[in-house]
Amino acid sequence: MTAVSERPGVQVGAPAAAGGPLTGTGTLIKFILRRDRIRIPAWILVITFSLLSVARGLQQAYATAADRQARVEVMDSPVGRAVGGPGIGLDDYTIGAMLSNEFLSFIAIFVALMSVLLFVRHTRAEEETGRAELVRAAVVGRYAVTTAALVVVTVTNLVLGLLVALALASTGEESITVQGSLMYGASLASIGLVFTGIVAVCAQITEYGRSANGIAGALIAVVFVVRAVGDMGGNFLSWLSPIGWAQATRPYVDDRWWPLLVSALVTAVLVAAAFVLSTRRDVGAGLVPPRPGPRQASPLLGTPVGLALRMHRASLLWWGLGLFALGAAYGAFTGEVETFLQDNETFRDIFLQTEGTSFINSWLSSITSPLLAVASFYPVLAIQRMRAEETVGRVEPLLATGLSRARWLGSQVLVVLAGGVIMAVACGLGVGLTSALSAGDGSLMADGLVAALAYLPATWFVVGVAVALLGILPRALGAVWLVVVYGLFMEMTGGLIELPGWVTDLSPFEHIPALPATEFNALPLVLLTVISAGLIALGFVGMRKRDLESN
Amino acid sequence: MRYPQRSPQNGSVNNAIDVVGLVKTFGQTRALDGLNLQVKAGEVHGFLGPNGAGKSTTIRVLLGLLRADAGQVRLLDGDPWSDAVALHRRLAYVPGDVSLWPNLTGGEAIDLLARLRGGLDPAKRETLCERFDLDPSKKGRTYSKGNRQKVALVAALASDVELLILDEPTAGLDPLMEAVFQDCIREVKEAGRTVLLSSHILGQVEKLCDKVSIIRQGVVVESGVLSQMRHLRRTTIEAEVERPVTGLSELAGVHDAHTENSLVRFSVDGEHMDKVIAWLAPHGVRSLISQPPALEELFLRHYGDELATGSDGQRVASGDAGAAR
Repeated sequence: MTAVSERPGVQVGAPAAAGGPLTGTGTLIKFILRRDRIRIPAWILVITFSLLSVARGLQQAYATAADRQARVEVMDSPVGRAVGGPGIGLDDYTIGAMLSNEFLSFIAIFVALMSVLLFVRHTRAEEETGRAELVRAAVVGRYAVTTAALVVVTVTNLVLGLLVALALASTGEESITVQGSLMYGASLASIGLVFTGIVAVCAQITEYGRSANGIAGALIAVVFVVRAVGDMGGNFLSWLSPIGWAQATRPYVDDRWWPLLVSALVTAVLVAAAFVLSTRRDVGAGLVPPRPGPRQASPLLGTPVGLALRMHRASLLWWGLGLFALGAAYGAFTGEVETFLQDNETFRDIFLQTEGTSFINSWLSSITSPLLAVASFYPVLAIQRMRAEETVGRVEPLLATGLSRARWLGSQVLVVLAGGVIMAVACGLGVGLTSALSAGDGSLMADGLVAALAYLPATWFVVGVAVALLGILPRALGAVWLVVVYGLFMEMTGGLIELPGWVTDLSPFEHIPALPATEFNALPLVLLTVISAGLIALGFVGMRKRDLESN
Repeated sequence: MRYPQRSPQNGSVNNAIDVVGLVKTFGQTRALDGLNLQVKAGEVHGFLGPNGAGKSTTIRVLLGLLRADAGQVRLLDGDPWSDAVALHRRLAYVPGDVSLWPNLTGGEAIDLLARLRGGLDPAKRETLCERFDLDPSKKGRTYSKGNRQKVALVAALASDVELLILDEPTAGLDPLMEAVFQDCIREVKEAGRTVLLSSHILGQVEKLCDKVSIIRQGVVVESGVLSQMRHLRRTTIEAEVERPVTGLSELAGVHDAHTENSLVRFSVDGEHMDKVIAWLAPHGVRSLISQPPALEELFLRHYGDELATGSDGQRVASGDAGAAR
């Protein structure tokens, strides 16, 4: 690869007297910290404060023993085990036990995501741009780049764990002990570290940073689902998931250290594998060699929509398959949930707050909403990709042809909007298909699909925010993550802790009627669609007026 | 290769590119500071300047990718910002740093760009791929810098357009491919098309361009026909004489005179040449080497920071140029 980047060269410092495979690691670590001096603290603080606000919320919502006992009924059900955890400390369900049982697995997703994104950003993504060549050509050892990224991500996880421990211990809640808080922080960090090992291996196998992110992201979903399925059935599957290992420490209840050894061992094996693999390939290349392709473009590719389809088709396929699988994994328990509910009257009264609906409907809508919040990550990634195409200079030659900005943006947005529909259909089909099969009721197929499709206006709202930012404030495009992460947070915790109306109302997903549990109400759907259309129009106006930015 | 002959548009007096007083700022930086640029229809116009002088910014404004802050910009008798799409059908652009889609092959990228512009001649595409020795079946990610540039060049040259805007198009090409490129540009010129060629390679500009504009710090500092620019510059003379020459440095138009035994070396302004030769002749000239001013000198004169410091600095600049050769 001879991609020569015109970015400022990296100062790799004075050469060491003797060059080992780790030469330059220290300088590279400083360089990474300099580049991410905002990103890393932001991740740590956002995760810590989210957890702290959850703890505070629980303290307020479950002040009395009676309240807490009522919650045990929910969490002891298959539903509770699927969205929460294996049922830690249900005998004496304290606030600490709640944090352990219900929120460790959930926060773990974000810690894993942080580790994956940070690692890829400083390894594979750098190789892709060609900047890594500048660095590797300097006095830098063979393992230095990987080691520096590993050190930074590891330390980030440890600092996060420590801060989480301090923050939780500071709540003054009786059940939240200092020892348990340390255990909680260590458990969260252990998940981040296992995923650092996983992504380190992924980054060696694939050629693109996006693929490494994609594979590792899919694995996060897989380990979450494996844990959910294991916890629901109370079986060995939980022990196949790193999140299951972290939960096995049972912070605030048993405070067991030994499950962390499993995480540490697996991390060590993965990291060693990544180092071995990294020496078996060339800089910039993956382990899978490229193949020649067609000499001429198919007729479709010559159109802007054809190009957009070609750009997005791989991620459309993988996201669609992933969401279908995720939906199918949850839907598979519909039959079991139904059986459980028939046997348990106490739980039925608590769970069934809305009159005139069935348990199955409540269950369907409660698993659909977080899935669709995850599905809205797709349009965000797709629109960030459009921005990346612009800054890397691939939009410039396109707009220097007879292609107008409006048509370029229009075809891309069209494909992203259609992609949103595909994601909703994939989720709905997944949930509906396995629900219908497990419960032996064919009508659940349509119910699952309708429940998922109802969330489309919320997805479009996310597209609207992203397109508006792309057109008006392209440098702030990343801010759209606030909308989707906030939405996911609300969909996953909203039912579990009581929050003021305005706090939940900030999430677009909250305004979607939870079909089939609640009645269909077209007004919020129409309003969200209109607002989304307005935001997209704003983005088009901004795009027409602004300079094209390329490096 | 034959291109369909083009007659100049709208009666030949119009400039293909006409920029007056163009200003473009990025935050605090004033990238273009009242730039003027005129390119006649049918000419190959060299656009020279050091890194960061504003060449690519000018080209991006001409393509309607950036919006001008002030000044008038006309391109093929249209406004590059508001008439972008209509104008782009009549031009082809090759960026200096070509980034290809990693998952598209070179051939797909060529077809994509050309079709969005309004189609291409498949036979010409095939010939150009052969001439540039380009394998269009490789994925964008696997091409070297030079090969990525070839992809963009084939896409541009295979299109039937009036104007080619080329931003340092051959920076990654080897000398053989550079020669192929020059042949292609000559054919384009014979067919009556206009070319704006931003370049660093002086030999390329000398061989191809009718006119040259030199840009420095966002302003065009000199523009004109190459031969006329050279006329303003000095010729370097090296002579072997039988008898020592005296009083040479007092003559009008003579600079940097050095005498070493029987060898005399100096540079002289074009308009004083005859008097100086007449002065030399009686001293018994055995041999005379005359070096015409090369573009390097023009370059150094405008690129060097001594531009602002006056005639003293100019002498330093031409001295450097001599040393460089």
